Amino acid sequence: MARIDLDHIRHSYLPHPKREENFALKEVHHSWEDGGAYALLGPSGCGKTTLLNIISGLLIPTEGRILFDGKDVTTLAPEARNIAQVFQFPVVYDTMSVFDNLAFPLRNRGMRPAEVTKKVTEIMEMLELAEMAKRKASGLTADMKQKISLGRGLVRSDVNAILFDEPLTVIDPHMKWQLRSQLKLLHDRFAHTMVYVTHDQTEALTFADTVVVMYEGEIVQIGTPEELFERPRHTFVGYFIGSPGMNVMPVKLDGASARIGEQTIALADAPSPKPGARTELGIRPEYVRLGTEGMPVSITKVEDVGRRKIVHAALDGSDIAVIVGEHDPIPGDPHISFEPAGINIYADDWAIVSGAAQS
Amino acid sequence: MLELKTVAKAVGSETHLSDVSLRLENGTLNVLLGPTLSGKTSLMRIMAGLDRPSSGEVWFNDRNVTGVAVQKRNVAMVYQQFINYPALSVYENIASPLRIARTDAKVIDREVRKAAELLKLTPYLDRVPLNLSGGQQQRTAIARAIVKNAELVLLDEPLANLDYKLREELRAELPKIFAESGAIFVYATTEPSEALLLGGNTATLSEGRVTQFGPTVEVFRNPVDLITAQTFSDPPMNVIEVHKSGPMFHREGTADIPVPVAYRGIADRDYTVGFRPHHLSLKKVDETSVVIRARVEVTEITGSESYVHLDYAGVNWVMLTDGIHDFDAGETIEVFLDARHILVFDAEGQGIATDGTRLAA
Amino acid sequence: MNKTWNNGAWFMVLPVLLIVALNAVVPLMTVVNYSVQETFGDNLFFFEGARWFRDVLASERFHASLGRQFVFTGIILAIEIPLGVAIALAMPRGGIWASVCLVLMALPLLIPWNVVGAMWNIFALPDIGLLGYGLNWLGFDYNFTRQPLSAWFTVVLMDVWHWTSLVVLLAYAGLRSIDDSYYQAARIDGASRWAVFRFIQLPKLKHVLTIAFLLRFMDSFMIYTEPFVLTGGGPGNTTTFLSIDLVKAALGEFNLGIAAAMSLIYFLMTLLVCWLFYTLMMQGSEKS
Repeated sequence: MARIDLDHIRHSYLPHPKREENFALKEVHHSWEDGGAYALLGPSGCGKTTLLNIISGLLIPTEGRILFDGKDVTTLAPEARNIAQVFQFPVVYDTMSVFDNLAFPLRNRGMRPAEVTKKVTEIMEMLELAEMAKRKASGLTADMKQKISLGRGLVRSDVNAILFDEPLTVIDPHMKWQLRSQLKLLHDRFAHTMVYVTHDQTEALTFADTVVVMYEGEIVQIGTPEELFERPRHTFVGYFIGSPGMNVMPVKLDGASARIGEQTIALADAPSPKPGARTELGIRPEYVRLGTEGMPVSITKVEDVGRRKIVHAALDGSDIAVIVGEHDPIPGDPHISFEPAGINIYADDWAIVSGAAQS
Repeated sequence: MLELKTVAKAVGSETHLSDVSLRLENGTLNVLLGPTLSGKTSLMRIMAGLDRPSSGEVWFNDRNVTGVAVQKRNVAMVYQQFINYPALSVYENIASPLRIARTDAKVIDREVRKAAELLKLTPYLDRVPLNLSGGQQQRTAIARAIVKNAELVLLDEPLANLDYKLREELRAELPKIFAESGAIFVYATTEPSEALLLGGNTATLSEGRVTQFGPTVEVFRNPVDLITAQTFSDPPMNVIEVHKSGPMFHREGTADIPVPVAYRGIADRDYTVGFRPHHLSLKKVDETSVVIRARVEVTEITGSESYVHLDYAGVNWVMLTDGIHDFDAGETIEVFLDARHILVFDAEGQGIATDGTRLAA
Repeated sequence: MNKTWNNGAWFMVLPVLLIVALNAVVPLMTVVNYSVQETFGDNLFFFEGARWFRDVLASERFHASLGRQFVFTGIILAIEIPLGVAIALAMPRGGIWASVCLVLMALPLLIPWNVVGAMWNIFALPDIGLLGYGLNWLGFDYNFTRQPLSAWFTVVLMDVWHWTSLVVLLAYAGLRSIDDSYYQAARIDGASRWAVFRFIQLPKLKHVLTIAFLLRFMDSFMIYTEPFVLTGGGPGNTTTFLSIDLVKAALGEFNLGIAAAMSLIYFLMTLLVCWLFYTLMMQGSEKS
């Protein structure tokens, strides 16, 4: 278990990067606490796997250092870093039994057989693998194999961090649930530092205490799931987190109020964006109220997705998604209003004001 | 119209499909929902004519096509992997089925541009697929299927290899694209939420059987058996085995659950009661709500909602509730079950109608 | 698999069936015919029943060449399979050098068999050949036309030179298909180079190696041209393998019946051994 410091890290896959856009990973400078559960979230090509490989030691960054508990490990090979990793496609040693798979990293490190048996048995109990200890690993289902890969990390008491590279990609939805909550329990119990890479917001938000949102090689926001949901710092975070994502519409700012067409919305502060900046208002579908008061809209589509309905409304040319309850009625003369707490103002995609004047 | 009549498929001693009967109307979107190995792909292969059923018949527009090879049917397929001709441009990829059919060059150009516009590929027509993102590659494959003007279009987990957000975008567009064509669309997925977003009709599959087929929301709200309810539930459906006596469902050590008014007349015996995670909440929503005191096992927070895994007298449940609620593991909390939305199944897992009879698919 | 039935497919296969029939079945039937008859020329044949088979199976000459055949095949398999895997492991995993290695490896496979024999004949000549001259210069008493040991050494070396590449190419293809995450996981688990080979590479190579093994077995069991050109089966009969012996019997001595019976026994043996290997190896993999 260790604290991880990422010290001014940049990485390029080109031998001699010159310009900013040559870097797959732009400046990353952060500290991750010992025992934290972190998720790296972003679309493919955002640099999250690059960052993970730098932490695991498969890549040496072009610039910057990486420290485990203050010790520089930038040039150390993966095996010298005492980390464990679970990959997208389950990696098991086909010819070995489940028990031998879990014992493998311990035996490689010369642990005495009695201790190996004790440790492996303990972890197998916890992962509910005990019954299949003697089975060959090759015939098992994908979720079992992922448990084994995870187990190979957990058996080692010296691991600094456990890294996950989209581990639930090949798992069926029902098994995803079980594995995800089991992972969360294991983290609570062992307090390993865990880093989880995914493009799936639900996985990232449910697993992690701290989510790192990445976009085009940059970290755009680091925060708790709640912060990312309530206060997206960048319109990309608003769009990427939440389903459907945040509604973003162009507004004109006028002192402490924002104007959408004919409508005026009072804000908490008078923002002062750079002159000429593109200004937008963001509000999540969860914070839009559909009723008979507020701004008049026309409803373009209602999607019944079972436990709730997604209503698409047209407001002054913008498509606004609204979430309403499973059994809530859709008014005949629809109007929408924004919950003040859910309003965010953006200038050139970066947040400048959060929240609105309390009315 | 595509009609399957008691189709079965066995390979060696393994049964892949048994007793599948379905009628898919022209111009509809039909989702096949089920976990891996439930028979979705086997069923699609038979629909396409890639495989011949072991027994049963396949009819297309009142013509028996059982055993007619795929080349002789007007079928298009889209796979989970992005399958395009790597050496051809996006334009030529989309045009390829028309070129094979020796369509007039002017018609090809018109059709390709129309499909490209529909799938937002117009700016990329000159590129080769490898220089496109995964989402654009899959759009190209879908455009090729559309342009073929097939009577049957089969999509086998087409979005599974895409990023979450790209999936969301394409999923929202697909029903519109499908609506433009009069073909029969069949769409296989493992994800209940995907079926709900697509709408149309859904057939739930489990172990090679179609357990229910009907309008998607209808199947979701009124599953005919426990297997269907569980297949069509993400997060998993909460269940509890109870005994009905009079107006109450009773179980030793747990709170009594009032029998919904409509079900009052059913016989007193053992039942399994199921309800969805969002029908457990921290607020009392109705007079009939049942107070549940359960132990928290783990809490997962999505930013706006919380999934709370509960241990209720040895039964594992999940509550999905609005807002951020970070309970400690081991803490005992009070939650409310909205008993109006419970589903009632008999001991064999068959859904029970309000008159006490078994529901039929 | 119960595929969609289409009778048109038969017409596509028909030409191949005809060619196979002409190529394999007709000669085989001729051989079967010869193997039960005696002829003294003039196209006069007398039925002899199983006499030639009994003769062949009882003949010491046949036993000797069969023995030599098994020893030869055993030796070259024991060298070529491990050596091929070792070379494949040592080859670069990508880039320009991988292509260079692949081309170099493919070269010996492109040379016609009789040319290989002729090349090695000159190469190994003790007075002018580089190999023969070199070995003698180093103090080894080497002469493949006179000493059985030298002859065997040369024949084996030639086969290894010619055919190890095949094993290398197959093994290399097999190794390339292993996903990188396996190697990464092994590094993280602290596995030694040997453990990576034993628990990842070898299990994943199993099917490819089975194929390589079978191909090399069949080819070496039927080897003819190269040793014939190199040593002509000598000195004495020391490098007379089964097929060389067969040709001697058929063409050299014109014992058509004996030769036909020999070829049938030979054919059945190859078939049996291949089937045996294949079932044994595939059985092992199904259990796991």
